[in-house]
Amino acid sequence: MTEYLLLVVGAVLVNNFVLTRFLGICPFLGVSKKLSTALGMCGAVVFVMTSASAVVWLVEAYLLVPLKIEYMRTIAFILVIASFVQLVDIALKKISPALHGALGIFLPLITTNCAVLGVARLNVQFKYGFGKAVMFGFAASLGFSLALVIFTGLREKIDRADPPKAFQGVAIALVTAGLLSLAFMGFAGLVK
Amino acid sequence: MGALVTTASAIGGVGLVCAVALALAARFLGVEEDQRIEEVVDLLPGANCGGCGFAGCADYAKAMVIEGAAINLCAPCGAETLQALSELLGRKAEATEKEVAIVLCGGNATSAPRRSAYNGVADCAAAHAVGGGDKVCQYGCLGYGSCARVCPSGAIELVDGLATVHPDLCIGCGACVRTCPRHLIKMVPATRVVHVLCSSRAKGPVVKKACTVGCIGCSICTKLAEDNAIRMEGPLAVVDYSKQFDHPEIAEKCPGHCIVRHQTPNTEHRASLKEPAGTS
Repeated sequence: MTEYLLLVVGAVLVNNFVLTRFLGICPFLGVSKKLSTALGMCGAVVFVMTSASAVVWLVEAYLLVPLKIEYMRTIAFILVIASFVQLVDIALKKISPALHGALGIFLPLITTNCAVLGVARLNVQFKYGFGKAVMFGFAASLGFSLALVIFTGLREKIDRADPPKAFQGVAIALVTAGLLSLAFMGFAGLVK
Repeated sequence: MGALVTTASAIGGVGLVCAVALALAARFLGVEEDQRIEEVVDLLPGANCGGCGFAGCADYAKAMVIEGAAINLCAPCGAETLQALSELLGRKAEATEKEVAIVLCGGNATSAPRRSAYNGVADCAAAHAVGGGDKVCQYGCLGYGSCARVCPSGAIELVDGLATVHPDLCIGCGACVRTCPRHLIKMVPATRVVHVLCSSRAKGPVVKKACTVGCIGCSICTKLAEDNAIRMEGPLAVVDYSKQFDHPEIAEKCPGHCIVRHQTPNTEHRASLKEPAGTS
């Protein structure tokens, strides 16, 4: 149990996917203008990263390792994750139009997002078992969501402020992201 | 050679399995979507301005096709688009007159002085909330550009502390009308040329102290305008925009200097506006 807790704290705070590992930067900057869209994106990311971790672990353990073709990992992962997300997209449309309405537009955006692919590769690198891999995927996506929500809140505030002309828009957003990343460095060493 | 075959067949196999799974899913789980929705989306301007009351163009397209929403709600759409929509959906709709926004205030930094320094959040609603704004005039444009920020087509410019709409850029979505905390912006038919650029409900002497281009309520213009095209609403002259009216000397005759008369009415219809797609 402690092990899992440490895993979660580690993935959410210490090695935050966005702010420490610098994965998933494009949705981080792209959909952080409005809190409602950011929350939709968070939902989609949590969903995709958790389930992709599980699917990809199965592919790794039952296909790549037995056939000794681990070097094809990236391609196989992209292939599997992309089709898996597509499948979920189609299924959601049929089964739960409401959920599809909330997550639908974000699913294709993160199909083979670097954060999703990153969590899959890290699971292999850390040699996690199935349960741990899924947990790590879930925790990593929580970390992504935390960073995205904090950043969106900051950007909404900045929108109302009056920065110097040269800093307006993306420039001040990038500076903010940098400062946020520095702040998260404070967690370094919390979990080994 | 053996390794190559294993790799190729393994990855190919994974691809094949995925493809078959997707094909099956599309076949059995697929949802019948009306083909016309996509066509309607292509016809709409794609500005997602929300002026129709739906959450963006795609939502409006869906509402038109499935729920039978009126097809003339899109302000940025021109007559051609409306024609195409009506053909596609087999429904008739009266073309609405092209409307543009106008800021009914003429008090810029020189003509309407400020009474206090405001250095809070640069937003009109915030400035308005702090003791009724920092202008002497309690009704005029605060000039913090909230309307300009919500404008999807960049048609509003702050000229000398006064929000000014460029009619040729305005797509008529009405986002600014909903944003202005002082309700100074109005949608008016683009063919109108005479405007009373004041919204002050204060009495003449108060207006005179607050602004050099305010309506003092003398009602001279109402006598010049035939057919009640300008009428008094309390101490303020208000143009009745349902009537087409023009008077060559009305601007000069106004003692408050708040009436403007544009020489060239903006009748040309702006082509549809496409926004660049968002980044992923």
